[in-house]
Amino acid sequence: MSKLSKTKTFSQWMRSYKGQKIITVAVFMLIPLALLLTFTYIPAINLTRYSVEIRNRYGNTVEFAGIDNFESIFTRGEYMIAFANTGFYLIGYFIQIILSLFIASILCSKIKFSNFFKGVLFFPYMMNIVAVALIFRLFFQKGNGINNAEGTLNSILILFGQEPSNWLSTKIVVNICLVFVSAWRNIGFFTIIFMAAIHSISKSVYGAAAIDGVNRRQRLWYIIIPNIRPIITLQILLAIRGAFGVFNLPYIITGGKYGSSTFIMKTIETAFIFDKIGLASAMAVVLLFIFVVITLVQESISKEDK
Amino acid sequence: MQTDRNGSVLKRHVLGFLKYIIIIIVMITIIFPIYAALAGSFKTDNEFLNSNVMLLPKSLRFQNYHKALFDNSMLIGFKNTAVIIAFSCIGTVFTGSTTAFVLQRFKSSLGNYTKALFAIATLLPTISMQVTIFHTINSLGLIDSIFAPVLLYIGADIVSISIFMQYLNNIPVSLDECAFVDGASYPKIFVKIILPQLKPAINLVVIIKAITIYNDFFVPALYLRSNKNTVISTALYRMVSPYSTDWEVVCAGIIICIIPTLILFFALKRYIYGSIINASIKEIF
Repeated sequence: MSKLSKTKTFSQWMRSYKGQKIITVAVFMLIPLALLLTFTYIPAINLTRYSVEIRNRYGNTVEFAGIDNFESIFTRGEYMIAFANTGFYLIGYFIQIILSLFIASILCSKIKFSNFFKGVLFFPYMMNIVAVALIFRLFFQKGNGINNAEGTLNSILILFGQEPSNWLSTKIVVNICLVFVSAWRNIGFFTIIFMAAIHSISKSVYGAAAIDGVNRRQRLWYIIIPNIRPIITLQILLAIRGAFGVFNLPYIITGGKYGSSTFIMKTIETAFIFDKIGLASAMAVVLLFIFVVITLVQESISKEDK
Repeated sequence: MQTDRNGSVLKRHVLGFLKYIIIIIVMITIIFPIYAALAGSFKTDNEFLNSNVMLLPKSLRFQNYHKALFDNSMLIGFKNTAVIIAFSCIGTVFTGSTTAFVLQRFKSSLGNYTKALFAIATLLPTISMQVTIFHTINSLGLIDSIFAPVLLYIGADIVSISIFMQYLNNIPVSLDECAFVDGASYPKIFVKIILPQLKPAINLVVIIKAITIYNDFFVPALYLRSNKNTVISTALYRMVSPYSTDWEVVCAGIIICIIPTLILFFALKRYIYGSIINASIKEIF
């Protein structure tokens, strides 16, 4: 009897709002949370744990290392070079932001075929990353007269009577070339965001400015830029994150040769080629720390804006 | 007075002209590298080596395309990419919409913590994380299985969760309440009432997911080592070897790889800018 009443209350509970809510939450969240734990949080916890250890890929030789791993990252030259290369990408991104703001302001003014230009500009951002990388391997290729033809850039130089050059062979030039590729791919993305922001400025503002006799340059400096300031801040933060996160393009184009390795490339190389999981984890933790700092800065800026 | 006015008209003309010059220089910079690959894809081996890259091919021959597709496992790559995209999209739509439903409909402090848990996950540098995710995938026995990328693409996709939440905001809660009073259970309400209303959100999530997966290189390169499991990115990548590369065939491969993106771009012209920007900005916030 008592058992019967208990089951009855359970089924009643199940049909009640509260019961329904708890069951739905349990059923709906089980798989997403399991995936989140397995592929994000457990690896993240492991990352911090491994960062103070010396271990190989399969974890069968583990030794406690203390802060040795972090010490090697900040004292050994090869890692510092990879860090320093981020500087090239940072500068590249800032140039891109200025350039894309300029292009966006042109495309937002009265101009024919602006939709076509916008499409061409944006398409590289959608392209497969390997396709982009290989297009630029061909672009910068140096011919050797046997089985390699001169690449696109050298071919253009030859058409203009210049000497072909070996683009991907000295540290500074190779990094500038790689930054160029990343700009080629991303500039459309930045431009489209700026265009959306400029279009969102009310027409009446321009009207009032025109009556006051504001010229083009003044319009850019005193109307457009102040109005899209939050977007510019966003772009700068995206750029900083992007600069630290560079991996695919240099990995496929140069493979890190001639001093073009980035910090993530070094991390992956340390883990999967040299099989030093401890050291690689420490490098990942450093990068994670940088990302957290960027996000905190961004949070405080967006609060200030509000 | 008159000359001054003429001067400003002239200045405006010059500026208008300069505008086009700048844009055309930018366009040429964007198009030339792609053009070189397109021109190269029609050339013979000999022609490629001995003619300027910028010159047009002598004739339109498709042998290089045939070679790229059939001798270089690009076809297998397309098949595997399609399978991975299909599984990942189904999985993401399912987990993303249910998570969003719970977080948006049952607001509680626990829900806020869960939301934070998903948001913090986006802070982690994805590629560096593979150092330990590799270990997890290995212990699940999923190395060289297409389910390794599928699970990674489904897991913790904050972009789709926030897209679903945004659309759920516009579906009135009174709709589920009516159905609940009529005796429908929540899972039933979700499937019968909410999901059909979420169709535009599902489309958006699928488009973004498909483009992201199609363009991803590192995850398949790390987990799908064997030839039978190659995806489009890795198939293209493996066509280049350090010793001898048939660049005219690689060029054909590049063009083949770009064509689906181009088709999608034209088919979805109106939505594409909005949806991609939406996705990349959400990933940051």
